[in-house]
Amino acid sequence: MNTDLLIHQVFSGLASGSIYASVALALVMIYQATHLVNFAQGELAMFSTYIAWSLLQTGMPYWAAFFATVAVAFALGVLIERIIVRPVENAPILSVVIVFIGLLVITNSLAGWIFSYTIKPFPSPFPEQPLFGNRYVSSHELGSTAITLVELALLFVFFRFTPLGLAMRAAAQNPMSSRLVGIRVGWMLALGWGLAGALGAIAGIMVAPTVFLEPNMMSGILLYAFAAALLGGIDSPGGAVLGGFIVGVLENLVGSLLGTELKLTVALVLIVGVLVVRPSGLFGKVHVTRV
Amino acid sequence: MSRSSLGFQRAALALLLVAACVLPFVISNYRVFQFTLVLVYAIALLGLNMLTGYNGQISLGHGAFYAIGAYAAAILMDRFGVPYWATLPVAGALCLVAGFLFGLPALRFEGLYLSLATFALGVALPQILKYKGIEHWTGGAQGIVINKPDPPPWLPVSQDQWLYFVTLAVTLLMFWLGWNLLRGRIGRAMVAIRDQPIAAQAMGVNTSMVKAMTFGVSAMYTGVAGALGAIAIQFVAPDSFTIFLSIGLVVGIVVGGLASISGALWGALFIQFIPNVADQISKAAPWAIYGLFLIVFMYVMPTGVAGFIRIAVARWRRGRSQAHPSKETPQ
Repeated sequence: MNTDLLIHQVFSGLASGSIYASVALALVMIYQATHLVNFAQGELAMFSTYIAWSLLQTGMPYWAAFFATVAVAFALGVLIERIIVRPVENAPILSVVIVFIGLLVITNSLAGWIFSYTIKPFPSPFPEQPLFGNRYVSSHELGSTAITLVELALLFVFFRFTPLGLAMRAAAQNPMSSRLVGIRVGWMLALGWGLAGALGAIAGIMVAPTVFLEPNMMSGILLYAFAAALLGGIDSPGGAVLGGFIVGVLENLVGSLLGTELKLTVALVLIVGVLVVRPSGLFGKVHVTRV
Repeated sequence: MSRSSLGFQRAALALLLVAACVLPFVISNYRVFQFTLVLVYAIALLGLNMLTGYNGQISLGHGAFYAIGAYAAAILMDRFGVPYWATLPVAGALCLVAGFLFGLPALRFEGLYLSLATFALGVALPQILKYKGIEHWTGGAQGIVINKPDPPPWLPVSQDQWLYFVTLAVTLLMFWLGWNLLRGRIGRAMVAIRDQPIAAQAMGVNTSMVKAMTFGVSAMYTGVAGALGAIAIQFVAPDSFTIFLSIGLVVGIVVGGLASISGALWGALFIQFIPNVADQISKAAPWAIYGLFLIVFMYVMPTGVAGFIRIAVARWRRGRSQAHPSKETPQ
């Protein structure tokens, strides 16, 4: 492979990596709060993207539709936590996984039911020509990466410097003590779900122009996001973001070297490999269970 | 279990068997084909139930083993001219090994991580099956078409009926083996590992061996089912084995009843016939209904249909014993 192609592959890997990073971050957020992995994360993002598509169909300007969708996705996340996840919060892991799978299936089929299974094009807000006259990276790739980075920075500021962010971190780390100092832990969890929903929606809207809009568009992306979250350490937000970029580049390189049919296998191998070799990931905490 | 309830069970079982033998002569060939698939799913569900229901290891990717079994049968029949019945043990053995090997690293994962790893397997497999390097075996995205086996010339039954009886025989064998395995020493060890892993280890159960073996045996059941399913449908292609097949199997064991042998049969009936009914509403309706059932069952009926029947029968008995006072004390 010549250098030009290699550089191009690395850049588009970074671009898709930014998408994986957002979804991985959404997964980590829910994991930190509840120690659960949301299997429906990808499908919820897909559904939000359909909402954006319908808003755009009504003639709404792009950015208005974008922010409206993010708001709706946030509300949807909160609602799902309150109504569906709440009752099984303390149930055995099997029941929770099954409820999430149920959610995945329902969202997927509802999208198919309402919007049909035909593949739809989705507009990109960025110009067709590559920016700054470069040869390696399209403006959509550059733009979506920039949006992801801005969103990550905002999240960092939110969690690090606002009282609400602090309360959410406290609720995730030590629910009992947080409750004692007057934090409404249940609502903090719901907010976490809302934020995860919003992150997913942005990822969905950003990836839809490249993969096209259809009910199964997120299934592969969810898998890469799982790999990214595990690689970075499932309880480490920074690790998840870095993991997202690593997985993106790796997936693109393997795809161009060995054939696109092996792209998902990269995720599979990464997931099993990380779990076998280093279950806590690159930056996660090592958990020791007391017997 | 009291003697009368054992007798009751035997009678019900005999009745079921007679019904299963008469069934293909009173319904159309297409219905016979559907019931063949019910039996196929029942085998697969029993396999998954051993792993998830009895042993507590969550697998969201058992469709992968179903696919391996199906492809093994199809490749053997299509490329090597192996007779259909001989492909079953090969598919089973192949999946036993594959499941055991996947189960070995999986030993180190606890519930959530295992479900992640198996989910990844289920999502990635269809793509692997399309891989160019193995295309001359798998037929790539086109898949493989195989012929339906003929009944022996001296037997006056149709192809569908013959296949139904072959499947019924295999199902009976697999259920008999499964029943023996699950109620014996190994079955109790499996349940002990699910409920109290540390206590089980302290009692001398070789936890890792039992877990890996359970994974292997479970994959073997699913693989045999896959092989039978491929022979019945006469076609395998990567897109028949998406993650939704794996999820369908999970739906089957949850609706039928976790950790229950008869639950496999109820679950199989559910996943075979509910889509037929729901299809009339919309193409997406079967899956919406599957999802709804998954969540609703987890909330209100976590023991599934089999558990519901068990409770209903127990209540009916208790009601009778209260009407005719005996030594039995109501709870």
